[in-house]
Amino acid sequence: MQPAIAVRELTKTYAEGAASVPALRGVDLEVHPGELVMLVGPSGSGKTTLLSIMGCILSPTSGSVRIAGKETGQMTEKELPQIRLEHIGFVFQGFNLFPTLTAGENVELMLDLKGVRGPAAARRAQELLAQVGLGGKYASFPSDLSGGQKQRVAIARALAGDPEIVLADEPTASLDSHTGRTVMEMMRDLAHERGRAVVIVTHDARVMEFADRTIRIEDGLIAPSAGESASGRDVPLEHIRPHFGEYVHNWLTPQPAQ
Amino acid sequence: MPPLARRNLFHDKIRLTVTLTGIVFAVVLIVVELGLFVGFTVTTSSLVDHSGADLWVTSKHVPYVELGVPFSERKLYQVRAVPGVADAQKLIVRWTDWKRPDGRQESVQIVGINPDDPMPMPWNLVAGSVADLKKPDAVIMDEVYKEKLGVKELGELFEIRGKRARIVGFTRGIRSFTTSPYVFATFKRAQEYASINDDQTVFILVKVAPGADLKQVQANIADSVKDVEVFTSSEFSRMTQFYWMFTTGAGVAVLLAAVLGLVVGFVVVAQTIYATTMDHLKEFGTLKAMGAPNRYVYKVILTQAAISAVLGYALGMVVSAFVVHASQKGGAAILLPWQMAIGMFFLTLLMCTGAALVSISKVTRLDPAMVFKG
Ligand SMILES: Nc1ncnc2c1ncn2[C@@H]1O[C@H](COP(=O)(O)OP(=O)(O)O)[C@@H](O)[C@H]1O
Ligand SMILES: [Mg+2]
Repeated sequence: MQPAIAVRELTKTYAEGAASVPALRGVDLEVHPGELVMLVGPSGSGKTTLLSIMGCILSPTSGSVRIAGKETGQMTEKELPQIRLEHIGFVFQGFNLFPTLTAGENVELMLDLKGVRGPAAARRAQELLAQVGLGGKYASFPSDLSGGQKQRVAIARALAGDPEIVLADEPTASLDSHTGRTVMEMMRDLAHERGRAVVIVTHDARVMEFADRTIRIEDGLIAPSAGESASGRDVPLEHIRPHFGEYVHNWLTPQPAQ
Repeated sequence: MPPLARRNLFHDKIRLTVTLTGIVFAVVLIVVELGLFVGFTVTTSSLVDHSGADLWVTSKHVPYVELGVPFSERKLYQVRAVPGVADAQKLIVRWTDWKRPDGRQESVQIVGINPDDPMPMPWNLVAGSVADLKKPDAVIMDEVYKEKLGVKELGELFEIRGKRARIVGFTRGIRSFTTSPYVFATFKRAQEYASINDDQTVFILVKVAPGADLKQVQANIADSVKDVEVFTSSEFSRMTQFYWMFTTGAGVAVLLAAVLGLVVGFVVVAQTIYATTMDHLKEFGTLKAMGAPNRYVYKVILTQAAISAVLGYALGMVVSAFVVHASQKGGAAILLPWQMAIGMFFLTLLMCTGAALVSISKVTRLDPAMVFKG
């Protein structure tokens, strides 16, 4: 099974005036279709940087980035948007909806980028909103939606691109715990039901249990203690697709479901 | 494409108002200055352009119509004898002094014509007729200059260089570019008003026979009549325009003001369009993160600029139309020919999209990390 994302010996150094800030110092990580990986770690440890590089919106200083088998680490600014469009959906802490567009139009913008327009786009946007439980909110503006509803519109928008990979930075940080759980359940379903590779950066202890795998980043490196061990415990084995079960067995602590 | 550009533009009504005000301001400023330039230019040569003549015969070294030098009117018969000349007439254009009833002197330009000629001068009469010039001491002037010359109504008597002058008609819209209005009289009377010898003229206007070659007739006259120069009307018109607009610098000042309008307008428009882009910077970042190529984002920004341009242009033209209309009653006509109106549209579009380009560089170098900030 080809990993959805594979990074090798990844480094990123920001130039901060004369000084240089090493944000990532050699990270190896694979994320497979159907799994939900959480990135945790202290503030400033490099989580967002790693997510940005995996999302092809930031180029690494060195190392390899493979998205769906394609090496993107050395791609130019011109080629990267196409990779993002084809393979990656983003969900943000601040939702990043377009405030002047309705919920439906927000979704249609993604469809437009994918070349779906007109009545077909409107129909598809309706479907996607219905899938995240917002069937009646097509014409609502973001300002009229609650935080959880906004994040669900954002998820519908990400799904409109039909990405193999969904990346989220603190998607629940702006939500109350109940709403946060609803959103996380959706993200988990994306991985488990639809076979997406989902990577979530979070500080939110309330939602950690949704992880199939938790990666701890410290000082630009993956902390050895985490990674292949712990936190898959809450994921019922039967939710993981059989065809990558072999891989799963390597890191999943065998524990009873729920 | 969902209507992102339009929505972003109309979302913030105050900003939209500021943007449109800036564009309207720029459009009106440029239209007024350019319109003044065109108005001035047309005014300087209006006498030449309305003469109906094909050729102008002048003394040597006459740079423009106001500076004709008298020469013997016997040359008229020589000119008439040149092959290809259908008709030739004398014309006087000459500075002289007008005395107002309150005793103040005003400088005027006396224009002496033969009222029996088919020459279309003076034109655009709103009171009296050209034939009335044949009455004793008769003069015709433009209504715009009534106040300047102390004129109230037809029939009033004045003095030009100590000789009687009676108003028998008014024209409309015959402006002089200089501060001296044109005053029309018969050729004979104009000689007296302007202190020109009674055997002299200032110009000879030539009508070329149908089918004759203008340039050929021009050369023929120059060959067979001594001590004169011959210009086609369009040559003489352009010489006169060039003198007043560029040699005196009057036109340069107006053009400079138009350029200034363009610069000020551009800065104002660039500033507000830049600010609008900055307001939505995070959205553009999100759009780029979603996989939109730069050109997609540019399209949104340029569409926004183009909509602003169209609205600003339309409003600006409405305001300009009022200004242009109001100017018709004043001393300086602002002209807005259709070519200028169309040109203005593209200039506005260019100004707005150019202004948008300033903010586009900001979007090109978007820090992707910003899309992850809460
Ligand atoms: N655009 C940037 N320019 C310079 N330094 C940056 C930039 N983005 C992040 N950094 C630095 O890189 C390190 C990692 O940042 P980040 O990836 O945002 O960490 P996290 O998301 O784990 O809080 C921090 O020291 C941060 O200050
Ligand atoms: Mg972060």
